[in-house]
Amino acid sequence: MEETVNVSTQEKKRVSPQLENLKNVWRKLRSNYLAMAGGILIIFFIITSFAGPWIVQNDPLAPNVADRLQGPSAEYWFGTDHHGRDIFARIIHGMSITLYIGFTSVFIGMIFGVFFGVISGYYGKKIDAVIMRVMDVLLAFPGILLALGIVAVLGGSINNVIIAISIFSIPVFARIVRGSTLGVRQLEYIDAVRALGASDTRIIFLHILPNIMSPIIVQATLRIATAVLTAAGLSFLGLGAQPPDPEWGAMLAAGRDYMWEYPHITLFPGLAIVAVVLAFNLFGDGVRDALDPKLKT
Amino acid sequence: MTTDLLKVQHLKQYFPIKGGILGRKVNDVKAVDDISFEVKAGETLSIVGESGCGKSTTGRAILRLDEPTSGEVEFGGKDLLSLSKAEMRKMRKDLQIIFQDPYASINPRQTVRQILGEAMAIQNVLPKKEREARIKELMTTVGLGEHQIDRFPHEFSGGQRQRIGIARALAVDPKMIICDESVSALDVSIQAQVLNLLRKLQKELDLTYLFISHDLGVVRHISDRVLVMYLGKIVEIADKKSLFDNPKHPYTKTLLSAIPVPDPSIEKDQIILKGDVPSPIDPPTGCRFHTRCPFATDKCKDEDPELRTNDDLMQDGHRAACHYIEEIESGEMQPNY
Repeated sequence: MEETVNVSTQEKKRVSPQLENLKNVWRKLRSNYLAMAGGILIIFFIITSFAGPWIVQNDPLAPNVADRLQGPSAEYWFGTDHHGRDIFARIIHGMSITLYIGFTSVFIGMIFGVFFGVISGYYGKKIDAVIMRVMDVLLAFPGILLALGIVAVLGGSINNVIIAISIFSIPVFARIVRGSTLGVRQLEYIDAVRALGASDTRIIFLHILPNIMSPIIVQATLRIATAVLTAAGLSFLGLGAQPPDPEWGAMLAAGRDYMWEYPHITLFPGLAIVAVVLAFNLFGDGVRDALDPKLKT
Repeated sequence: MTTDLLKVQHLKQYFPIKGGILGRKVNDVKAVDDISFEVKAGETLSIVGESGCGKSTTGRAILRLDEPTSGEVEFGGKDLLSLSKAEMRKMRKDLQIIFQDPYASINPRQTVRQILGEAMAIQNVLPKKEREARIKELMTTVGLGEHQIDRFPHEFSGGQRQRIGIARALAVDPKMIICDESVSALDVSIQAQVLNLLRKLQKELDLTYLFISHDLGVVRHISDRVLVMYLGKIVEIADKKSLFDNPKHPYTKTLLSAIPVPDPSIEKDQIILKGDVPSPIDPPTGCRFHTRCPFATDKCKDEDPELRTNDDLMQDGHRAACHYIEEIESGEMQPNY
């Protein structure tokens, strides 16, 4: 009656496919040096944002006119700005602002995007048409312009920047999630649990969401880079963090008048932005390569 | 005397085709077009037909996996199509389905315990404490070992997976199971095992099957009665013996002549039809088979034949939808190939 059971598989320890999958992803990610470099940088940035302000001695906000516009030195590693503030201290303190904006805005955008995307893909028809047309409108704006408009309406502050970036992240997530939901929804096992009488909530949370996590994770990682860049852009335009907050975009803007004679004023905040964006992009690309089964050879 | 467990009346399933800039409905795919039949308690009724004739659509419409366009589906005296979503969810306990593809029909992320446990949890069939014992019992029933309870689908073969699918359907103690091409994806030796399992379960649990298949050999093995569909319509319905020995509709005859005979010395006169199945978007007028039927006349083009019987030629509720049952039988009409 029973088909033959291989003895070796019988004795092998039961591993869930999720765990097996995770191990696989990790193996691939580890062999991708660029992605690992990105990942290590991200961890380093996160640690810095928490521990940095305790370690750095100089006050990032206190002006010190006697030491203004000094080049990099042993005391001021990255030099000082036009108020004599330590640029290194400001960059370290600004790290937490940057990461806070990046993570929070993407997280909020992801929650709403996944919600709309799943609803759209699962229920289809009119709801789908309405949601996706709204998303199309949001997507039609260039991201920074949309964020600019939102911040212009709400007023310039870090929290408003987060709201703005969240809103323009929503359609990106919604689209991806909708597509994946459409793919999973038509699988027979969804029909099977439906035939058993499962409710829509049960199907969505237990059977659809776990199966569409990969594209969401990839998108979230890559979106953080965009969010950081947009936040810096908005602050540069004076619409985000307000002086004297040590936000990197705002530092660039303030240093603009002195950048020809004292390039270090803008160089270091600029490099900091590049480093964070690059780290998330590298890591995100690596995660995508590791998670995307279509690239498996 | 057996009663009708499932009664389908004038079931229609049209899928709209949207087109144009405004996305308006331009036409329908008439997948199932006004069919009526009943399934008696305890029997196996098979639906056969070629790809795209609407047999799977019928099964899905009965279960409301796709909402049918119109018609009535009466199950155990209740009209399923008029039930609310919540009422329907309760009803689903009695009416289960086993799918074709054992690789797609179970969630790869769940163990057997979770799959069967979820089925019971959804319908709340047993107190939580007794569920594990029941899961093991179900596994034994379908021929899996109790020790496999914490395994994932990828650790099973196709045949074993199909058994999991069967166990899942049985987990809620259904009265009727729709088998949608349930053995088509399995290789022949496993097919036989699964078919015998289905038969055994039918006897033990007093199940009723609606068996959807394109495989006439399988149908012959398992059915009590057979229903033949062509392009969304029923062309013939009869008990198994009458249908296989005494087909009346030209389409059924063609279909049966396609069964291979494992004896090279027998010379078969296989009927080869001309052309392809017409599109269900604009099905032919009158009898849908008239474009390919060797006996077709002008009447066939204009009048849609009803399912009817002829007391002299057909017994036991054998019915066929053809204008010329008698003429073809007597040899008065000759095929025109």
